[in-house]
Parts: sequence; structure tokens; C-alpha cells
Amino acid sequence: MELLRAEGLRKRFPGVLALDGVDLTVRAGEVHVLLGENGAGKSTLIKMLSGAYHPDEGRVLLDGRAVHIRTAGDAQRLGIATIYQEFNLVPELSVAENLSLGRPPRRFGFVDTKRMHERAVELLARVGVDVDPRTPVARLGIARMQMVEIAKALALDARVLIMDEPTAVLTTGEVEKLFSIVRRLREEGVAIVFITHHLEEIAAIGDRVTVLRDGRSVGEVPADTPQDELVRLMVGRPIDQQFPRERGQAGEPLLKVTGLGRKGVFEDVSFEVRAGEVVGLAGLVGAGRTEVARAVFGADRYDTGEVTVRGRRPARGDVVAAMEAGLGLVPEDRKGQGLVLGADIGENLGLVTMRGATRAGFVDRSGQRRAAAEVAEQLGIRMTGLAQEVRTLSGGNQQKVVIGKWLEADAGVLILDEPTRGIDVGAKVEIYQLINQLTASGHAVLMISSDLPEVLGMSDRILVMARGRLVGELSAAEATQDGVMALAVAEVAGPRGR
Amino acid sequence: MVGNVFLRRSWLAENGALVALVVLVVALSLLSSDFLSVTNLLNVGVQAAVTAILAFGGTFVIVTGGIDLSVGSVAALSAIVLAWTAAVPGLPWPLATVVSLVVGVVCGLVNAALIAYGKLPPFIATLAMLGIARGLALVISQGSPIPMPDAVSHLGDTIGGYLPVPVLVMLVMGALAAVILNRTYVGRAMYAIGGNEEAARLSGIKVSRQKLITYALSGGFAAVAGIVLASRLASAQPQAAAGYELDAIAAVVIGGASLSGGKGRALGTFVGALILAVLRNGLNLLSVSAFWQQVVIGVVIALAVLVDTLRRRGMS
Repeated sequence: MELLRAEGLRKRFPGVLALDGVDLTVRAGEVHVLLGENGAGKSTLIKMLSGAYHPDEGRVLLDGRAVHIRTAGDAQRLGIATIYQEFNLVPELSVAENLSLGRPPRRFGFVDTKRMHERAVELLARVGVDVDPRTPVARLGIARMQMVEIAKALALDARVLIMDEPTAVLTTGEVEKLFSIVRRLREEGVAIVFITHHLEEIAAIGDRVTVLRDGRSVGEVPADTPQDELVRLMVGRPIDQQFPRERGQAGEPLLKVTGLGRKGVFEDVSFEVRAGEVVGLAGLVGAGRTEVARAVFGADRYDTGEVTVRGRRPARGDVVAAMEAGLGLVPEDRKGQGLVLGADIGENLGLVTMRGATRAGFVDRSGQRRAAAEVAEQLGIRMTGLAQEVRTLSGGNQQKVVIGKWLEADAGVLILDEPTRGIDVGAKVEIYQLINQLTASGHAVLMISSDLPEVLGMSDRILVMARGRLVGELSAAEATQDGVMALAVAEVAGPRGR
Repeated sequence: MVGNVFLRRSWLAENGALVALVVLVVALSLLSSDFLSVTNLLNVGVQAAVTAILAFGGTFVIVTGGIDLSVGSVAALSAIVLAWTAAVPGLPWPLATVVSLVVGVVCGLVNAALIAYGKLPPFIATLAMLGIARGLALVISQGSPIPMPDAVSHLGDTIGGYLPVPVLVMLVMGALAAVILNRTYVGRAMYAIGGNEEAARLSGIKVSRQKLITYALSGGFAAVAGIVLASRLASAQPQAAAGYELDAIAAVVIGGASLSGGKGRALGTFVGALILAVLRNGLNLLSVSAFWQQVVIGVVIALAVLVDTLRRRGMS
């Protein structure tokens, strides 16, 4: 039964036609995948369905009747709930309070705590998550927060549930759990709009797929459509190779880590990365990969061990020393740690080199602009100019800026932490090609990634971490997804499991 | 919606404060025949000077995403120290001035140390300094005004009988602030830190050190403001400049800076300080009661920030 229909939606922002005729039909009891590169119009579309934006043209029908969704309140009354990547939860409040946010059950004008908790227990049971409703949300992990969000949507009697990349922040095990919740909701007759960049998830959870490209809907296909075909629809051309790694000869070790440890976080981590090499660091979220990367880069301290970069030993906990030795870090949280979002592209690209470009306290701004223009050109950053705010760039282009600031600084050893998270297929391939260029010119790359096909496709060697330790090393030739996963989870199930 | 498009696209949006100032000046010159005279305008400049100098220092801090509530007290303390040390026999007044500036800088450094190393919120650290500096000013002066040395009091005079020295000092400090913010490493680092402190740190900016410099500059600017104020009054008063920190913050914000950091310009702050001074002057000329003046200024601050917020919402 068709529940939600959007017809010919158009939306123009100053200078951009964000949506140029989008159609979407979602049935009750189906998982409808919305697929498209970043900038294809997915966010604009769901913001319209949730009342954040208003279409210039076109209409939205619910149960065959045209509806106007002008505010978030309208969407709520119509039973359309959206779960964004940034959750709308109040961290300090308990799970139960969050579930009743804005309309707590009352008795004599006071909040009826007992009934609030009963309601929470019921909702949590429907989602199938085992959480004490009195727990403050801040103490939950990301996966459980997401489930509380889903429960919150159910509390509002949502008939249409829109989920914006819900799996982007989850580990493999958590994704399975999410899927079982989604399947349960589907059986209850909820219409689910599911956005993901992971093609393999589509067949696993989806029923039908609507593909968006350049603000238009370019096709509605069944979820078992082959991945190649989906990619072709999405980018408008076939992508020959998802992982175009060109392996070369590994040279001198540029980064050497020996016996690195921090109490309670990671211990005895030793590895090296050679010139011209991509070393993948795989493992579950929470295995300590990011923590090791940050310690190596000097962003956090470590207690034992040493780090050698191109023969130099930067002091521990000293980012500047690490940089001067030739290290660069592209952090996992692009917006939170990689970019100054309110500043322009030129300013962001020049952040690392600014110190070197300073004479007697004054920054050589024209030199900085020239260098930034060169790097932007080399990376093919799609922008109106260096003066464009990075906030307004797509995820892929933002990531290019973060990588670009280290290119400009000519960092010899780059640590890339989840370099393609939340980035569309086309931009991913561009970033892979960039990694190729870097290694071909003698740079060394350490790549942390939770995307197994990516780790296997792009690494020359793969290190696997579990519970703060390196538990295995595999060559590109011998590594398989199952092999890596087996290493990553085996230790966790061990006797000292947390 | 039409208004939004208008604000979004136009040059006006980026220079809203400047437009408001021009409108204000035109309106006041129509309403009062006394307003648009050279004497009165220079008078406005003198009245704006202390706030503007404090606000230039405040701009540094606000661009980094911090706040400095202590500047009024630090200004008073620096002035008291100047008058006090200048009274020491045999101590030349230029040296006393240097000592006074150092006092301002040290107050800023203490603020920054509490913030950068003690991890106190800037609001709390500088609120504490607001009390400490004011208290020290009272302790040193024993609660009474100290006469300024004649040489320093000339700062309150005019050059060539025409250009008041406070106005000149304000322009110089404004130019200095603009150069620091736009051209120097310290200034660019302020924007990066205010925009995203963690990204700045991971790009090799030594955040704590830059904060030390930022608050030290604010303290130094406050000392200059204190000296200018005392020279105008020919004596250093322990209760001088009380509450000026709020005027300074208002000027910065009216000038388009964001309290969440990463945005702000010296020119905007200058315009913001002028708006406050022109308003006060104009309302005086129009014989509006001092009580109502406070109401008007409050409304103007709210309006200025409201327009800016609406504009930003229009852009996103």
C-alpha cells in the first residue's frame, strides 16, 4: 500500500538548483533505500519531508492526500519522523526523559515519573533494546543512542521513519542489530526511508531503491539490483574499479612505532610503514586504532614505547614536533577535528603551513593563497573559489581540503583515519587515486578504516587491532574479509573481554 | 522572505553596522542642529575612544571564542599603577607608563593561564580578574583618586588645538588591531582557534600559547584605555571604567563578531563603538533622559545581533 508520495519536487537555493524534479513513492511496510552521491539532493529531500525546507514546486501526498509540511511540528503530526546523523537527544537527561521530551505524562501538573518510565520500558521493548530507562543518554554508546532515537520516533506514532545514514557510525555487529529492528518495524507496517552509502547493505535490508543524481530521481529499482548497476545509476557512468590501488615497491621505513602503550587503552603496539606503502589498520570500533593514531601524531600522550619518523623522534604529546618530523593526521571526525568550518578553503588549506609562511610575525598571505590554489587544483576540489566557506562543500570535497592541508605541508607520512567515511562513491575513488599518487611519490600512508572492502582493496599490508593490541598482520595477497574479521573479533571473545 | 533575500545578497549584509551608523548620523543631524558640528563629532570620538580601545582588545578574545570581563577593572588598575608609580620621586613618567602597561599585560596573562592551563571557562576566569583588579586598584589608591603626572595628562589634550589625543590613540590602536588580526600569525591563529580549537591544535597551532598572547593583548589594550581615560580626567580613579567591559563586548558584537568565535573584524568593532557613542551623544542632544538612554542602547544591541542572526539563518 502506497503511503508517501513525492512528485516533481524542486528546490532552488541562491546559486544552486538543489532539487530538480524528484519523485519518490514509499509503501507501508517497506524499506526504501535512497541512494545518491553527496550533493545529489538526498538531504534536501529528507529536509523537505521533515519540514525543514519547503519545496518551490511539486507536492507531497500522504495516504493519497496532498499535505503541506511547513514545520517540524507538521511532520510530527503527520507521523513522519527523521533520525539524522546528529542525534536530537539531550545527553544529560535520562533515556525515559528523552523519550517523553516535550510531552511528559503529567499528574496534578507534575511529571508522572512512574508512568514516564513505564512508557519508556514499553517503547524500548518494541525496539528490542536492553537499556535501563534511568540511564543518562550521555552514558550510552552511539549504537544505543540511535536505538533510543528510534524509540523516540515510535513514541510519536511515526508511520514514516526516515533514517539518514544510520549505519555510518556503527560497527558490523551493531549494524546487524539495527537491521533486525528495522525489519521488525517493517513488519509492523512502518514505511522506512533508509539512506546509506554502503552498497552491500542495500540487498541486506532494502526492498526498493530510488537513485538520485544531480537533484533528479533517475530510477527506482529493486534492492537486488547488482551493485555495478547501482553505481552506474548513481554516478551516471560505470566505475571500472572501486579500488584502483597501484602497488609499488616499498622503500625505507618512514614511520616506526615500537612498544607503544597507554594504560588501559592500548599496549605493546609495534609496526612500521615504509615509503611507497599503504598499511591498513583494521579492527572493530573501540579496538584502539584511533587512539594509537592520535598518540603517534602527538595529539594524545602515551606512556611507553617510542615513535620514530624519518629517523627523528618527536617528543610525546607534541603535535608540532610530530609535524616537523613529517607526520600528518587526517582525523576521523572531519567536521569536528579536521576543518575550521566557518573559514574559507584557502584558510583551511594553509593552516599547517601558516607557521612556516610567517616572517617576523607576519603571514605571507599571497604566498599562502598561491600554494592553496595549487593544491586545490591538484586535488580537483570543486568550489567557486578559495574564498568559499568549507561548510558549504560536499563531504568528499571537505575531505580533500583536510588531506590538502597536509599535501601543502608536504607531510611524508600520512595517517588517514576513516578517510572515506560518509563520502560518495565518485569522491572515494578520487581519494584512492590521491593515495596512489602519494605513495608513488615516496610517501607512506597508514590508513585506519572500518570499511573492510576498502582496507582489503587499498592496503599493501593489513594490521588488525583488537582490544588495544595488534593481533595480526596480513599481506594484501593473503587477506580476506573473513580472515580480518576473525582476527578482529577473536580476541574480543577472549577471557579478558570487557 | 523578500527581506531575507535582500539581506543575503547585498553588500549591506556584510556591513550592516556601518549602514546603521550612517543612518544614525543622518537621522541625528536632521533631528539636532548641534550634532553635525566638528566640535561635537570630535567630542563623540573622545567619548568613543575608551570603549573602542577596550573593544579592540576584546575583539581578539571574542574571535578566539572567549570573553574578557576584566577589561574595565584592568583599565582602572593600570591607570592607578601609572599615577602611583609616577609619583615616586626620580622615576621618569615613561617608565611608569611601561610599568602600567606591563600590569595590564600581566592581568591578561593570568586570565589566560587560568583558562588555558587551569581549564577554567573564560567567563569565570575573567570574572575573577574583574574582582581582583578592581580590588587591587582600591587597595593601592586606598579608595581615593590619585592625580596624574602632568606629562601624562597631556594625553587628554589636543594636537594643534584640534585633534584630541584620545581619538588619535583610538585610531592607532584600531589600526594595530586590524593589522594583528589580518596579517599576523597570532591573528590568523585566533580565527582558527575560535572556529575550531581541536582542528587548530591538530594543524600544529599551539593553542595554549596563542591564548596567552590573546589575553595578554586584551590586557595591554585595557591598560592603554585606562591611561587614556585617566589622562582625560587628569586623575586615576579606582572606580573608573566600571561596567565598561559590557560596553566593549556590545561594541564587538554590534560590529558583527560572533560570541561563539571565529568571526569578527577590527573595523566592525570600531563602527560598533562609534554607534554606541553616537547614540549616547545624540540622545543627550535630544535631551532624552539617561534612564531612557539605557533602554534604547539595550534595544540597539538586541536588534544588531538579531539582524545578524537572521541573516546567517538565511544563508544556511
